[in-house]
Amino acid sequence: MENTDKVITGPAQIAFRNFNFYYGDFHALKNVNFEMEKHKVTAFIGPSGCGKSTLLRTINRMYDLYPHQRAEGEILLNGENLLDPKVDVTSLRARVGMVFQKPTPFPMSIYDNISFGVGLHEKLNRTEMDERVEWALRKAALWGEIKDKLNQSGMSLSGGQQQRLCIARGIAVKPEVVLLDEPTSALDPISTARIEELIDELKEDFTIVIVTHNMQQAARISDYTAYMYLGELIEFGDTDQIFMKPKQKATEEYITGRFG
Amino acid sequence: MDLKTRRKLTNKIALTLSIGTMAFGLFWLAWILWTVLELGIGGLSLSLFTEMTPPPGAENGGLLNAIVGSLILVGTGTAIGAPIGILAGVYLAEYGRTTIFGKVTRFVNDLLLSAPSIVIGLFVYALIVANTGKFSAFSGALALALLVIPIVIRTTENMLMLVPGTLREAAFALGAPKHVVITRVTLRAARSGVVTGVLLAVARIAGETAPLLFTSLSNQFWSVSMSEPIASLPVTIFQFAMSPFEDWQRLAWAGVLLITLGVLGLNIIARVALRSEKLS
Repeated sequence: MENTDKVITGPAQIAFRNFNFYYGDFHALKNVNFEMEKHKVTAFIGPSGCGKSTLLRTINRMYDLYPHQRAEGEILLNGENLLDPKVDVTSLRARVGMVFQKPTPFPMSIYDNISFGVGLHEKLNRTEMDERVEWALRKAALWGEIKDKLNQSGMSLSGGQQQRLCIARGIAVKPEVVLLDEPTSALDPISTARIEELIDELKEDFTIVIVTHNMQQAARISDYTAYMYLGELIEFGDTDQIFMKPKQKATEEYITGRFG
Repeated sequence: MDLKTRRKLTNKIALTLSIGTMAFGLFWLAWILWTVLELGIGGLSLSLFTEMTPPPGAENGGLLNAIVGSLILVGTGTAIGAPIGILAGVYLAEYGRTTIFGKVTRFVNDLLLSAPSIVIGLFVYALIVANTGKFSAFSGALALALLVIPIVIRTTENMLMLVPGTLREAAFALGAPKHVVITRVTLRAARSGVVTGVLLAVARIAGETAPLLFTSLSNQFWSVSMSEPIASLPVTIFQFAMSPFEDWQRLAWAGVLLITLGVLGLNIIARVALRSEKLS
């Protein structure tokens, strides 16, 4: 896509510049260029295998864990290239949190699930940690339900609660960006609705990037939408514009369900 | 015959066959347990736990030195073998999963896992006993440790492989360095499985006789020295059961019962530990 005209209206939090990604010899993402606005929700949509999760997982350099995966180009986080080899991934991941498709509570208490990440990056005393745990659980709209069972295992919660626990765990570190990789696809409609409300509240404090299979979800919760196909960013724009009058024929065909 | 009747019939045949084979297996197990219980129960008495192995024809006598010797050998063997096995298992599952060194280690470990225990005993004999010119409790414990290591490596690795990759990724995504991810998340998630592996290894070596014959030998008397030959239940059973003396044979059966109950108890503990972990 030649996206020369600026789409976002506010300051950019993340910018992809001539970005390419490879799984071994497979060219998975092709020359991606766009910017994500600070404190807004940006959704990636597209059919399976289009590269939307791959793109999301480059923002916290998750691919570093796997050999044979490599990135070229630039991803700027507040103007700083996070692909620079000098960037320390552990502190990068403190700035960019992530929530996965399936809830992944750690095999420890609810309290420890939250304090685990915080303790890696900050030295807090007991009172400060208590406050931080409560703050994160309140932000994730979970405090009221579980404040009396902080010592119980995180695995004992329901699926929707587990996912909000994972969100609380991610934001407890106070990142700038929260990445959500299909966070509701394993949840029932009621839990999904709660997470969607939550995302709307969270964007006051965090920049949100969400991958979703569900186009209605993207339309409901995102400010900007990127449509991807076969590793290319086909169209990026204001969500209303993407869903109401897409500029690209391919986007329109996907949105209207003629394909994908 | 229509499709439905045929499927039902096939199902019945398969069910009958599998129940039959299960009953066949359980029958022998029950028989063994029953024989052990029947013959061993006569030898059970308080003196079994308070007196040393007697000379033939003595009025009384017990298995105290053999029981303590077995505890020392199994305890030391596990204390040496389990940490090495767990660390190597962590290496295979978390670091060397796809490396050449990891693959070679895994292959060699599989060989070691299926090596006859008598070979391990002879190896330690050649390595230590032949060089020091002396049978010793330490060489016995070492032989048992060499049996523990491959079992623990295998179970630790398998249990860590069962930990979902997303759990690892979730910990990395919070900015955790690899050693923190392993010690605080993956090992913790696999904890009950790793503990079960160690307990199974303990159960396995508790009954080993062959490797001890060449290493710790046996001792008629009380000894807890690591540099002296030491009595152990399996070797004492072997020795006493082969003897023509009736009181020795009775003690041998009592020893068999003790080992069987001990191993049974360990397995039950392992099961219960695993289950309570899953519920939490």
